[in-house]
Amino acid sequence: MADEIKKDTAAKVKVTIDGITTEVAPGTSIIEAARQIGGAVAPPAMCYYKSLEGSGGRCRTCLVEVTQGSAANPRPIPKLVASCRTSVEEGMVVKNITSERVLDARDGVVEFLLINHPLDCPICDQAGECDLQDLSYSHGNEGTRYKFVRRTFILEDIGPYIKLHMTRCILCYRCIHVADQITEKRIHGVMDRGDRAFISTYISRAIDNDFSGNMIDVCPVGALTDRTFRFKNRVWFTKPVYVHRDCENPKCCGKATAWMRGDEIFRVTTRDNEWGEVQIIDGEPAWICNTCRFEKKQVSDWVIEGPATVRKISVVNVNKYRNTIKPKETLMDVMGGLKPNLLMNIRSVSEVNDPDIKLSELNRPAIARDFDIANDIDNKIPENPGNAEKYNSELLKSSTKEN
Amino acid sequence: MSVKLLLEKAHVEGIKSYEVYRREGGYRAAEKAFKLTPAEITEEVKKSGLRGRGGAGFPTGLKWSFLAKPEGVPRYLVCNADESEPGTFKDRYLMEFIPHILIEGMIISSFALGSNRSYIYIRGEYAWVADILETAIGEARANGWLGKNIQNSGFDCEMYVHRGAGAYICGEETALLESLEGKRGNPRIKPPFPAVKGLYGCPTVVNNVETLAAVVPIINITGEEYAKIGVGRSTGTKLISACGNIKKPGIYEIDMTISVEEFIYSDEYCGGIANGKRLKACIPGGSSVPILPANLLLKTAKGETRYMNYESLSDGGFATGSMMGSGGFIVLDEDQCVVKHTYTLSRFYWHESCGQCSPCREGTGWLEKIMRNMENGKGTMSDIDLLWDVQRRIEGNTICPLGDAAAWPVAAAIRHFRDEFEWHVLNPEKCLTENYGLAHYADPIQVTT
Amino acid sequence: MKVEFTAEQLKEIDKVIERYPEGRQKSALLHVLHMAQDSFGGWLSVPVMDYVASLLKLEPVEVYEVASFYSMYHIKPVGKYVFEVCHTGPCMINGCDNIINYIKQKLNIDVGETTEDGLFTLKTVECLGACGYAPMMQLGDHYKEHLTPQRVDEIIETCRKEAAMAS
Ligand SMILES: Cc1cc2nc3c(=O)[nH]c(=O)nc-3n(C[C@H](O)[C@H](O)[C@H](O)COP(=O)(O)O)c2cc1C
Ligand code: SF4
Ligand code: SF4
Ligand code: FES
Ligand code: FES
Repeated sequence: MADEIKKDTAAKVKVTIDGITTEVAPGTSIIEAARQIGGAVAPPAMCYYKSLEGSGGRCRTCLVEVTQGSAANPRPIPKLVASCRTSVEEGMVVKNITSERVLDARDGVVEFLLINHPLDCPICDQAGECDLQDLSYSHGNEGTRYKFVRRTFILEDIGPYIKLHMTRCILCYRCIHVADQITEKRIHGVMDRGDRAFISTYISRAIDNDFSGNMIDVCPVGALTDRTFRFKNRVWFTKPVYVHRDCENPKCCGKATAWMRGDEIFRVTTRDNEWGEVQIIDGEPAWICNTCRFEKKQVSDWVIEGPATVRKISVVNVNKYRNTIKPKETLMDVMGGLKPNLLMNIRSVSEVNDPDIKLSELNRPAIARDFDIANDIDNKIPENPGNAEKYNSELLKSSTKEN
Repeated sequence: MSVKLLLEKAHVEGIKSYEVYRREGGYRAAEKAFKLTPAEITEEVKKSGLRGRGGAGFPTGLKWSFLAKPEGVPRYLVCNADESEPGTFKDRYLMEFIPHILIEGMIISSFALGSNRSYIYIRGEYAWVADILETAIGEARANGWLGKNIQNSGFDCEMYVHRGAGAYICGEETALLESLEGKRGNPRIKPPFPAVKGLYGCPTVVNNVETLAAVVPIINITGEEYAKIGVGRSTGTKLISACGNIKKPGIYEIDMTISVEEFIYSDEYCGGIANGKRLKACIPGGSSVPILPANLLLKTAKGETRYMNYESLSDGGFATGSMMGSGGFIVLDEDQCVVKHTYTLSRFYWHESCGQCSPCREGTGWLEKIMRNMENGKGTMSDIDLLWDVQRRIEGNTICPLGDAAAWPVAAAIRHFRDEFEWHVLNPEKCLTENYGLAHYADPIQVTT
Repeated sequence: MKVEFTAEQLKEIDKVIERYPEGRQKSALLHVLHMAQDSFGGWLSVPVMDYVASLLKLEPVEVYEVASFYSMYHIKPVGKYVFEVCHTGPCMINGCDNIINYIKQKLNIDVGETTEDGLFTLKTVECLGACGYAPMMQLGDHYKEHLTPQRVDEIIETCRKEAAMAS
């Protein structure tokens, strides 16, 4: 016993990621080691999900370069490796955002994930908390090189609770793992193969077995959304609060996040950590049962604990920008120890944004005209100033059509 | 003259049956093997220098020695008879005509590896070949080569045929194991490797049909003698399945000292290009390996003769060389369109991708679409660069090598035949009815004679 | 059609299950699906797949997933004779396009279609491992190699005769 403990503490392995060295338990994956360092050093993950066994390895967004395999065998690994499925070794040296190869490959992966994605964010309930949106902002390119018709799938009805929108699916297999590991049995799966592969029950069965709602939370995109919340609100207009209740279901932890607007609960989800994954509470992933998620929408159903912690990158943070005060922490703290190479106020050099117009102070969404003035200063305000608004409102109309 | 180790008896009447095979000296290697220890057999295979015949060319003895041997856990030997790489049809020949050489090789290998239950995973379409194997296994069991306490060695072994159901990806060893477990053929994410966690989570060795058959002559003539055949690290004999525009398509057993030129033009092998045409290009090792224009096929970039072996075929790397791969030798004459041929391959990989990882799932579909446009006169110059970029970002970034296999043919076609792609763009009408022809890839031999 | 294997077939299934270690009966799935497809109308309908699932004690979705993955399983009805003509590179070099066009004309169907009498379905498939004997196609459990229009005629004729005899 004593021996084991000694071994445990002694057995930490040292790994260096993007120049930052840390010590982790043996067997830790590179991505988990990177997450311990935090900030941009942590590779983005679209399919890996810590609490789901067997997840990861598929999306390839978390690829990193291993420039030194280990202290004992310092040779580099020739291919980029999936950081979510590769364990660290003593003395391993990893490059994530400091590797050109990684950034290029990731750029490619984002492009691959997007070529057939419907890009219907304006009408997608996931917008604002979508990992693919975040990934596209951080690693994507403007425009597309794909000039073919995007793949579509026939909408399948999988019951009153969950909406399956296959065209948005990135085949991360997380929902499959949830069904296998957390629900009583799996009634949906991956059909067909290649780029024809799709998530389905094959016979349009309702997925309503208990705990199946957790599939919605693990889905990184808007392929699985909460039907009881569908089109009711935008996530960034709601306020997440931690709540709990005495759930009769012994497997349900009863601790959840309620997304509220005023006194109304619009939806209930699991509590997420800073990586967008379910929190570990009392040593267990805090999954919630379907009753808590779908049936308990009254404030009286819950005990409110207080505001939820929101991920730094979440758009829900936008609400909080009002009346904010200057943070006390330095940039290095915010960036998890990384020193920025270059810091500048982009608004002062931006070619599109007129520094005289404070976008944040407009009482309406910014429209093309706000940028045009800046772009073409002596070349007038558009002939017909109404046009831009008209265009914008039409765009809005066409994209909010029920699909 | 050339040595024949596997096909020596292929033409003996009735060799398919146990009696004839045995009469012709079959199962003598097995007899010999059961007098050796498993370690000694592995040592012979190591000495022979035998390299995997499934495509990757990994040293077989070394692979065997990696097999984990935890106490009380079964180990498995699985024969990869999925044979689906376009241009490859050698394993089928071996199984169809001399099934017992595979069974014998597998019995010896099972003994060496300690596998009491060995499986032959055969592609589903080879239904009648599966029947032939079942019959042969039955005969072997009836004659005491399978079952309990084989040849009084105390070793028990059963052998079963498992038919696939149509999926190239099940040739990838971990997809094969998934399929053997009755699941979708999704390759596993490695590590762990099959040598540690394979079939049913137990240590497993997966070997190609030809690899396992080659164990028979190795035991018969000893590893040392086997290693003397061939050249360098290309020891022994290799089956080549030749197809395309040649006079005599078929299976040839070569020792790896002959030149590519001899292989194509001599009457002993392909017999030259069919219909008096000239050689334009060739894919020497199955559809996944780079295509080479005639000039680079027959001579290396340094101007040296290119030989039919692992080292020589890959001389020059991917820039000017190719690979031995699975031995699927596809010959294209002057009338063939490289763009169209490459398009069919892109379509193949798109069709066969399992769809697990994003670069392969999406990338193969994208390549297929651009290639289709290109072939149909709807491509643009920038499409050629786009093809290059897409294949570049698939390669090396996927779970299994199918991604690479999809990328390489496109890369090689553009590398060596870019002018043909450009011609398609510039002649959108003409390219539908005519072909670019031979141009500078001139077949050096036939032009001068 | 009654979806039930004969007693003999059930015995065969038991034997197939025995090939695999205890508790690994799922390994028999591919084999049983082949049998089911051959026995119940040439394709795998939902009731057929559910029946297979019950035999092997699997969740139905496990069977759907597998059946839809492999190209030899038809999850839509097909004709009595399915012509699966290879159209990958090596076969293309040897003129499979002509054969495909010939069959289209002869049977008056397009690729993926079935003749009105329900006898023939034409499909294009990827490399079947017979590249040296191209052009070729798979018909049931066998390969038809070195195809020419005449050979195709003969094959169609034989199928028609066989079908007429059976009915
Ligand atoms: C997509 C793909 C398809 C493959 N197909 C086959 C095949 O049909 N037959 C085969 O023997 N090996 C095939 N392989 C190689 C196997 O993964 C494995 O390397 C081989 O069976 C090992 O046997 P060997 O060492 O005897 O060559 C394939 C590999 C990949 C990536
Ligand atoms: S539906 Fe969502 S969770 Fe399921 S595979 Fe698709 S993207 Fe992943
Ligand atoms: S590379 Fe292709 S075939 Fe291999 S695992 Fe990825 S998607 Fe499947
Ligand atoms: S997160 Fe690692 S591959 Fe998807
Ligand atoms: S290409 Fe048609 S059988 Fe191989």
